[in-house]
Amino acid sequence: MDLHKLSLKEQLEGLKNSEFTSVELTSHYLKRISDHDEKFNSFITVTGDNALIQAQAADERYKKDKSLPLDGVPIAHKDIFCTKGVRTTCGSKMLSNFEAPYSSTVYTKLDEQGMVMLGKTNMDEFAMGSSNETSYFGPVSNPWDTEYVPGGSSGGSASCVSAELAPIATATDTGGSIRQPASLCGLTGIKPTYGRVSRYGMIAFASSLDQGGVVARSAEDAALILEGMSGHDPKDSTSLKLPSPDLTKNLKNSIQGMKIGLPKEFFEKDMPSYVEQSIQEAIETYKSLGAEIVEVSLKNINLSLPIYYIIAPAECSANLSRYDGVRYGYRCEDPKDIEDLYMRTREEGFGAEVKRRILIGTYALSAGFYDAYYLKAQKCRQLVANDFTNAFESVDVILSPTTPGTAFKAGEKSDDPTEMYLQDIFTIPANLAGLPGISIPCGEHDGLPLGMQLVGNSLEEDKLLQFAYSYQSNTDWHKKMPNI
Amino acid sequence: MALSDKELKEISYLARINVKEESFSSLKKELEQILTLFEELNEADTSSIDAMSHPLDLSQPTRKDEVTEENQRDELLKNAPSVKSGLFIVPKVIDGEA
Repeated sequence: MDLHKLSLKEQLEGLKNSEFTSVELTSHYLKRISDHDEKFNSFITVTGDNALIQAQAADERYKKDKSLPLDGVPIAHKDIFCTKGVRTTCGSKMLSNFEAPYSSTVYTKLDEQGMVMLGKTNMDEFAMGSSNETSYFGPVSNPWDTEYVPGGSSGGSASCVSAELAPIATATDTGGSIRQPASLCGLTGIKPTYGRVSRYGMIAFASSLDQGGVVARSAEDAALILEGMSGHDPKDSTSLKLPSPDLTKNLKNSIQGMKIGLPKEFFEKDMPSYVEQSIQEAIETYKSLGAEIVEVSLKNINLSLPIYYIIAPAECSANLSRYDGVRYGYRCEDPKDIEDLYMRTREEGFGAEVKRRILIGTYALSAGFYDAYYLKAQKCRQLVANDFTNAFESVDVILSPTTPGTAFKAGEKSDDPTEMYLQDIFTIPANLAGLPGISIPCGEHDGLPLGMQLVGNSLEEDKLLQFAYSYQSNTDWHKKMPNI
Repeated sequence: MALSDKELKEISYLARINVKEESFSSLKKELEQILTLFEELNEADTSSIDAMSHPLDLSQPTRKDEVTEENQRDELLKNAPSVKSGLFIVPKVIDGEA
């Protein structure tokens, strides 16, 4: 049986009904990883032995009729989530030998519900990038065509789920790092409301923007796992004091009479005709399902990119100051004094993009420039957030493309950082406002998939998933998988 | 937006990242491109807007002052590049005669 062709939900049911064991399911994926991942480089660390121990324990629980909610289903974790006993690199030379002394809440929660970790996925260094080309562990390729990038920063997570080397993977999103790779790899990727998923043990990039989520093959699978990893965590001071939301309750409800907003500022942009066509077709599908289409205005949305590229580097320059070569991580050889230790450790331990962002952030926060850059950006951020608040008074979700096009070739945008940054033009606004966003496949061009994005009001992940499920029940885009 | 060599040196020192002289010109070009992007914000009228520092309007949560973490010094020191007698070792920080 091709176990990897079953949805995650079907796998869970198969385990419950003793159609196969977790050891069989886990071994099946481990074999696929060893057979295929050389082409994609989607894993930094494969934890096969551990996975089989976890799978055996799950099978024992099934036998004793004491199974856990997600028992025995495999998952891959982005290598940004700390896992005790297994190294956590964040895609960087700086942490290439780092073994966290504790586990992230996301890992712990899913582990406690019985999920089996297959390994840790590749990513752009410290989650900074949109092509997964900045990893110290080498670039990741797109399973749809290995000459193309999978997107980033959660490129390894997207690549391994798309190649069906894992049924689902965790991911994180600071400016689009879940939704953009989901779009480029033909997957469903959801970033919840800021504060839904604990950031404890999730290595920090930009703390007011970072949020964990998942990349999956369908809205139904994504709902199941996102629900399992959400909820209040006293170890994260920015964690929302709310219980884990019930994301499957309304999933199959009709969207009849609900309203979709189309931000006119997004649709005024020049976009390739195939993007426009796919989005128009998706809109037609939604109309046929009974949704009402309303034009909305997000008049400050064009400020999002510069706001993001001030705030994210500013926060990153503060967060990454902890990598000093003293307490953990890389240290340069033979430092002649303490300054030399800091300066060379950070020169040698960080890659080019990370250094660029730390320098930009340092500049933006430095005396004399703070008001002009950081403070101005924070004020503009409020303008963008206000636009969303106004828009959600009249609509349920906001629809746009996820990315300006399908995947690009490796190396194509590496020379010009600002060209790469444009990848996230549609996804960044949701991070600025702290809102949930989802990308779902809605078309293809020249054999490469393309996604559309839905952004929801604060705490309305359930509504996003309902819209996504409704679309996926009436279309087949999400069922297309690459031939690997 | 042009950066001088002196400014780049100052930023790199503030960030404690050594930048080799030969990469000054290419790095300056990249940083200038990014800084130019920021100029778009000048057009926005923010005179009556408060700064948004965070997506959540939260006050700092508090908890009872109880010990929740056990001492795991040895575990934490395992990741350190240089350790002696339970201490992190770095090059001499203060000059002068012993």
